[in-house]
Amino acid sequence: MSIKQRTKSLRATGNELSDTFIQLEVLNGHHAKAAAFPSFEEKLETLGFAPLMSADIEIFQLNIGKLCNQTCAHCHVDAGPDKKHEMMSKDLLDKCVEIIAASPSIHTVDITGGAPEMHPHFRWFVEQVTALGKKVISRCNLTIIVANHKYLDLPEFYARHKVNVVSSLPYFTKLRTDAQRGDGVFEDSIKALKMLNEVGYGREDSGLQLDLVYNPSGAFLPGAQVTLETEFKRHLIQRYDIVFNNLFTITNMPISRFLDYLLESGNYEEYMQSLVDAFNPGTVPGLMCRNTISVSWEGYLYDCDFNQMLNLRVAPEHTRHLNDFDVEALSRRSIVLNQHCYGCTAGSGSSCGGALE
Amino acid sequence: MEKEFYFNKDELKQFGNIVAFQEAMGKKFFDYYGEVMQEGALTAREKSLIALAVAHAIQCPYCIDAYSHECLKQGSDEEQMMEAVHVAAAIRAGTSLVYGVQMMNHVKKVTM
Repeated sequence: MSIKQRTKSLRATGNELSDTFIQLEVLNGHHAKAAAFPSFEEKLETLGFAPLMSADIEIFQLNIGKLCNQTCAHCHVDAGPDKKHEMMSKDLLDKCVEIIAASPSIHTVDITGGAPEMHPHFRWFVEQVTALGKKVISRCNLTIIVANHKYLDLPEFYARHKVNVVSSLPYFTKLRTDAQRGDGVFEDSIKALKMLNEVGYGREDSGLQLDLVYNPSGAFLPGAQVTLETEFKRHLIQRYDIVFNNLFTITNMPISRFLDYLLESGNYEEYMQSLVDAFNPGTVPGLMCRNTISVSWEGYLYDCDFNQMLNLRVAPEHTRHLNDFDVEALSRRSIVLNQHCYGCTAGSGSSCGGALE
Repeated sequence: MEKEFYFNKDELKQFGNIVAFQEAMGKKFFDYYGEVMQEGALTAREKSLIALAVAHAIQCPYCIDAYSHECLKQGSDEEQMMEAVHVAAAIRAGTSLVYGVQMMNHVKKVTM
């Protein structure tokens, strides 16, 4: 079944938020549409956490391109079918492989997008990185597997290279899933999950890891990860005979399309206040920016995927691109902070690997 | 002059202020409330659904907003939340109907 998009990219609609400067103006209360909130950076200073420093780079997170077969309402990447040209070049992918090979501290390569599988060199890249003995995570949107016959063998490909498949499924019902990701997404996601289960993904002792990502389909924070995982497992096995390993709860960051949704629906102020009120200092030491480097399709370096989407490059000026990759300096860098960081420190915390505590 | 309303939504944010007039009891209430809503033999998700049903039974607008939000946060879906409201409605309806027995008994007593 083909997906009927419920929204378009910010750029396609000429939305002013497609300019990251405007997003930062909103987040910092310098825009007519938005109230101001206490500074995140000052809060960390008060608690003795600033400057927030990185440690060794363990995760190399690559946003390989913004092309996607879906246009999800909450997408922080503003990805979609219209982003045909924002894809990493083969030369830069070669450079990534070279850096990963030369950096023993990097144990995991986390490939995201867009739909990363739509990149013409995606499979080549996975083969290169797994040959180096590194763990590969692919952030698969599920529906890409059934979007075209050329992707139908993705489950076998993933299994062959023991790729950790991490897939978004906002809920175990059609209503909530399609509202966030487009009409038809739930049905296609269920088909794709069955295909992944068929080759062993999510099954005990298969060694093939299938994790699901839950992010709220609206202006509320995620609840307890353990409770939600239990609910997802119960419903997916009962209704569809589907199994998976872990559920990661991820808080929606107030940036990009989700920021637009918050502003347009009149929920911005309340949502930001809920993030500020739920600030949990216990999450700070485990923040993902401390052991991750995020790389854009153009080869620029960021502390995390969210900073990347706000165009907030890493602090050390001499190493802001793959071509100038200085692993020592990047392993001792001060993290660039802004108001969206409240999203990762709210409640139990949030990261690409789920709750932090 | 600003229009006044009963059940002003923003007043919920001032709930904590009730301790200003009776601190000891207010504090005990909030401690108790916090303890009750923690994960226990029931999950926080189950408790939020119970609270949503009770909110409808007692028709508290503050509680309905707060626990609709909390139920979403705890991972309940629209169908589950509406079923919880039906539970409240069914119990309320049953409570009225069960008094029908009293009515019937009275009618039987005073009629031939």
